[in-house]
Amino acid sequence: MQGAVREHVQSIETCGAEAVLVKWPRDLEGLDALILPGGESTTMRRLIDRYSLMEPLHEFAASGKPMFGTCAGLILLAGKVVGYDESHLGVMDVIVERNSFGRQADSFEAPLSIKGLDGPFEAVFIRAPHIVSTGPGVEILCEHEGKIVMARSGPFLGCSFHPELTSDHRITEYFIAMLNSNAENQTSAAMF
Amino acid sequence: MNQRGTNRVKRGMAEMQKGGVIMDVVNAEQARIAEAAGATAVMALERVPSDIRRDGGVARMADPLITEEVMNAVSIPVMAKARIGHIVEARVLEAMGVDYIDESEVLTPADEEFHLLKDTYTVPFVCGCRNLGEAARRIGEGASMLRTKGEPGTGNIVEAVRHLRQVNAEVRKVVTLSDDELMTEARNLGASYEFLKEVKRLGRLPVVNFAAGGIATPADAALMMELGADGVFVGSGIFKSENPERFARAIVEATTHYQDYKLIAELSKDLGTAMKGLEISTIASGDRMQERGW
Repeated sequence: MQGAVREHVQSIETCGAEAVLVKWPRDLEGLDALILPGGESTTMRRLIDRYSLMEPLHEFAASGKPMFGTCAGLILLAGKVVGYDESHLGVMDVIVERNSFGRQADSFEAPLSIKGLDGPFEAVFIRAPHIVSTGPGVEILCEHEGKIVMARSGPFLGCSFHPELTSDHRITEYFIAMLNSNAENQTSAAMF
Repeated sequence: MNQRGTNRVKRGMAEMQKGGVIMDVVNAEQARIAEAAGATAVMALERVPSDIRRDGGVARMADPLITEEVMNAVSIPVMAKARIGHIVEARVLEAMGVDYIDESEVLTPADEEFHLLKDTYTVPFVCGCRNLGEAARRIGEGASMLRTKGEPGTGNIVEAVRHLRQVNAEVRKVVTLSDDELMTEARNLGASYEFLKEVKRLGRLPVVNFAAGGIATPADAALMMELGADGVFVGSGIFKSENPERFARAIVEATTHYQDYKLIAELSKDLGTAMKGLEISTIASGDRMQERGW
């Protein structure tokens, strides 16, 4: 729809899964998992509303199919966004704060130690949000400088940074493994 | 250890803009309209290009008060323009914390020979280009994003089309050349050999490339996407139209769904008058902004 779509598609295909672009509600049919990429969350939200995607996305989430949000995608998944009365999809039990590392001048890259991954992950943070707090049952997968930057809650995975901007595909692999443990014989991942 | 201002961080910011519309705004109210319409970023400036063209005189960086007002009004990224080669305007914008600087031919150049050495800044830059050589030189200086130049402030898409086609045709040619032909092509284009090797390997430019200059309607925006732009800049086209809010929303949606022609028809219905256009041949060559920079 908008943002770093091409990079996620490359990562999904490198991991051996099939990627489908989603712009309309009908595009969600038959998909096994959904990635909400980095981009501008205000733009994405407006397009979600305009093209009646909110209800189909809620149904997708309620079906238990895995969803992964990076940066803006994490903001869309979050149950609450600091400073805003309403959430977007609101399906993941975390509170996030937008642009919480500062403006672009404060954007950075740093090696992260992520639970479940061997060795550091070189992460790119761009005007990134962070997770202020998590509800019960949410597993914190990574903190950086005291801020939660990656977490999983059942079928929902979210991170502040952009794994799609690097050639390290371990996080996409991790997400696809969530899909495979969710149900056997499902192989396609989707892009939003 | 956090590393700021790296190529990945600077180019990555532009990747997040892909598929989006970046809108020129001159005050906080326009910025809020742009954000609500779904702009992925706004460009803060003192006058939109069509007013610069009309008023004449020297066009400079905007009053920092305007830029600051826009930065405080919206949560999306804020870009601002500095004159070509104006080191201090660029440093001032960087110090103010703008998210991207446009070293722009829309403003009157401060230096007719040298562009900024953009590598030395933490803030990322976007620059205009008309062909692959110009693109290569700007990236060589450290630009993290490109926009093909149109003729700003005219509401006439013809120059934007010409230059996007030119850049894309040259990229396609480079991809087909054998390695031993690349050096001659590098000399012909005024591009570095290393740059052309990278373009050949990637099959595209190494940075995000938007279209800009002359986009006045939803169909214009969709046309630029159809021709391979990663997104569009809209300058005078929105706030010089009869109904800026509707134009802004329609241009955002046409950019997302650029191949959905029935939808573009719906979006374009009863929008009111687009900005008044200018035929390029009526502009004296000295007044053509696209010819600024090299």
